[in-house]
Order: sequence, then C-alpha cells, then structure tokens
Amino acid sequence: MELEIGSALSIGLILGVVIITAALLITVERRLLGFWQERLGPNRVGWFGSLQVVADMIKIFTKEDWVPPFADKFSFVIAPGIIMTVVLLSFAVIPFAPNIGVIDSNIGVLFVLAMASLGAYSVMLGGLSSDNKYALLGSLRAAAQMVSYEVFMGISLLGVVALTGSFNMREIVESQADGWYIIPQFIGFVIFLIAGVAESHRLPFDIPEAEQEICAGYHTEYSGMKFGMFFVAEYIGLVLISSLITVLFFGGWLGPAFLPPVIWFAIKVFVFIAFFILMRAAVPRPRYDQLMSYGWLFLLPLSLVNLLVTGVIILSTQ
Amino acid sequence: MVKLIVDTLLSQVRTLWLVFLKLFKKKDTVEYPDQQPYMFPRWRGRIILSRDPDGEERCVACNLCAVACPVDCIALQKGEMEDGRWYPEFFRINFSRCIMCGFCEEACPTNAIQLTPDFEMAEYVRQDMVWEKEDLLINGTGKYHDYNFYRVAGKQIAGKDKGEALNEATPVDVRSLLP
Repeated sequence: MELEIGSALSIGLILGVVIITAALLITVERRLLGFWQERLGPNRVGWFGSLQVVADMIKIFTKEDWVPPFADKFSFVIAPGIIMTVVLLSFAVIPFAPNIGVIDSNIGVLFVLAMASLGAYSVMLGGLSSDNKYALLGSLRAAAQMVSYEVFMGISLLGVVALTGSFNMREIVESQADGWYIIPQFIGFVIFLIAGVAESHRLPFDIPEAEQEICAGYHTEYSGMKFGMFFVAEYIGLVLISSLITVLFFGGWLGPAFLPPVIWFAIKVFVFIAFFILMRAAVPRPRYDQLMSYGWLFLLPLSLVNLLVTGVIILSTQ
Repeated sequence: MVKLIVDTLLSQVRTLWLVFLKLFKKKDTVEYPDQQPYMFPRWRGRIILSRDPDGEERCVACNLCAVACPVDCIALQKGEMEDGRWYPEFFRINFSRCIMCGFCEEACPTNAIQLTPDFEMAEYVRQDMVWEKEDLLINGTGKYHDYNFYRVAGKQIAGKDKGEALNEATPVDVRSLLP
C-alpha cells in the first residue's frame, strides 16, 4: 500500500504515532524534568525507565472510575471525550511529510484554530458539571484564558498567512523552501509560542489547574481513565502546538536531503516539546490577573502591530 | 518601560538557559537499594538491647524506658537471678508504634537500650513488627564498649560485696565512734 495523503495507512499511522508519542511523553517529561532539577527521574521500570508508561497505564486503568453522585452525569462523562476528539481532529490538517497527512485542506490554519476553540468547551463542561468549587474556579479561569489567548494566537498567525497568501498548511511549508518564517515573523513566533502554551494550559500558564491554588482545577473530581484522557489530551495538545510551530515557522518537513522529510519533522517537533518541558522546569506561574493583563494589554497590541508592519512590508515590496 | 520589557525578557531567557545547563550537572540522587547512603552513627533507627563486656545482659528491668516512652511501645517484666542481679523476664518493643524518638536510650541508666543506624524495618505481616527480647538482644556492647553496670554501681550481688565496686569507698559504720 502506498503512503499518500488520506490513505487508510497514512491515517492509521498518524493516529497511532501521535497517541504513542503522547503516552511516551509522560516518561520523557518526568525524566527531563528530573534532569533539569538535578535528579534522575523515574529510571527503574525497563531500560532507563522506558517502561514507566506501561506501569502508569496499568495503574490508571485499574483505578476506580468514580462519578460523583452530585455531578451532572452526561456532561461529566462526555467532557474528557470532547477534548480528546478535538485535539486529535486537529492533526488532520498537519502536513507531516509531502506524502503523509489526512486531508489537504485549504483552510488548514482556520481548522486548527476552530478546534482549539472547541477544546474550551471540554474544560468548561468538565469543571461546571463536577459541582465542586475548585473545579468551577478552574473552568472559569480556563474559559477566560483560552478565549482571550485564542484572539492573538490567530492574529499572530496572520503574518505567516499573509506572506504565503494561503491558509493551506502544505503551501505554507512549501513557501518556506527559501527561508523559514522564523526570520521575518520572529515576533509572531514568540507570540504564538506564548499563546500556544496558554492554549494547551501547560506550565507556566497552567492557571486552570494550578495545584497550589485550586487542587487540580477543572479535573479535580475526575478519576481513572477519564482523568487519564484529560492527561493524555494535554500531551497530545503539546505535540499539536509543537507541530504547528514547526509547520508555520520552522519549515515543516524541509531540511537537508540526507534524512527523509518525516524525520526532519519529528526532530523539529521533539525540540519544541523539549523546550515546553524546559519552560515547565524553569518558569514560575504568573498570577491570574497578571496573565490576563499581559495578554490583553501587551501581547494583543504587539500582535496587531506585527500584522500591520508585515502588511506594509508586503505591500511596499510588491 | 522598554527597559523593563527587555530586562524581563532577558531574565526569562537567562533562567531558561541556566536551567538547561543543569542537564550536564552531576545529579544529587542517591540510588538507594543499589547504593547505600551513609548513615551517621548517632542515627536513631532500630532499637537493640546490648550486653556488657562480660557477655551478660545490661538491662536491669528498671522500667525507666517504658516510662519515658511517649507512645508506650515498650513492655517488660522484672525478674531476679539467684546472685541478686535484676533482669527482664520478657522485653517487648512494638515497632509499629515506635516513633524512634530515642527517649528510652536517654532514660536508660545502664546503656542497655540503644538506637542503631539500621532503618530498613519494613515487614509484610503486622505481627512481625513486635520484637521480643531474643530478637532485640545483640552479642555486643553497642556504643559503649567498657561499661559494666554491676562493676561500677553500689548494688550488692553475689561475688561483689558493698564497697567493692570501681571507685567506691568502703562503707562506714555510722554507729562506731572511732575515726
């Protein structure tokens, strides 16, 4: 069977690799965090701790899956499913290599942004249906954070879209053959990076699930595999954000010809995943109002100025 | 304002770089079962009962340890030998209650009960946490090598009369007028 865009083999491969990567990230993150805190991290199960994932999975599958009697059953149960589905759907438009991908959509960037917006529903429903004050606070924060950071996440991408002249992710990658967009769109890249961290609510912007303030935030009441789905979805979101940065600013699969394109893509994605984990190890969490004012008063004007300047330069060089 | 923004940004980048460099630093972890940590001699771990240099039990069943124990985990019963020595008929420590505070060691007048640096005390059966005298006694003097209670104390036993202990003056007959 040939590997081509939209073939069953391609889709299966993407689904499998993404989920396995996300699961492996549990180990990778714990190990890397350990190294960056001058300790070793989990290294007992399997070869250098590589089977830690299996141990974690066995633990999480055999735990009691408890639904609180005071919760709203229906939305409580579907909430983890929504975020998992939405994050996995976003991978449909990511171009992994010239011949690997699910669809070749000409609204790729918009699709990803739309899916990211839908992800907010999962967090909101999960927190509201739990009927728990910590979960409620967490989901309130999550909703506000995701809605406001989506705004300039989209605007920061518009520079790239304007330079390419297309929303199609494959065309965006191909147009970077003579120079990655990180150079002309550096400010856009920084804003997208920060907004991406906030979108996937990873540290330092994990305010919706800040342990020290509000237990576990919106998934306080979740246990067993439902919690596991929130957990894995967060890692898939991490892979997604890293893939998006790679595609939009770092030339996707492009690279010297001695390695196949998909390997170049994987290397770049892994570098960004490691960078996100480094941020978790190094940067402290801001206060909630600081996060909001930083977003609306600093990043939003900056992204607008960036878009304006990009537009002026494109028009004046035509 | 611009300076503040640039400074904040550079500070974050510097933080990231410094934390990244820790990847190459020596790790602090002690890989415990493979690599035993150094335990200090005065560590308060598992409790033992020591013997004096002659090989006799040091414990004189005075019950001071049981009184000092804040969690009441020590139980013992006094017995007396034919030569006049006191000894515990049984001596029982319930390690599932013991908090390793070391008060028993401080209270002991004969240096019999001592805490050791052994901390590996986990058991699978709760009943195994209760240690009898046979389990607690060791064939050694513990931390005090030369101490022998009956040799320094004024207590009279068979073979050692009043005034024959180390540094002990012979008893004075208070009813006699002679100097």
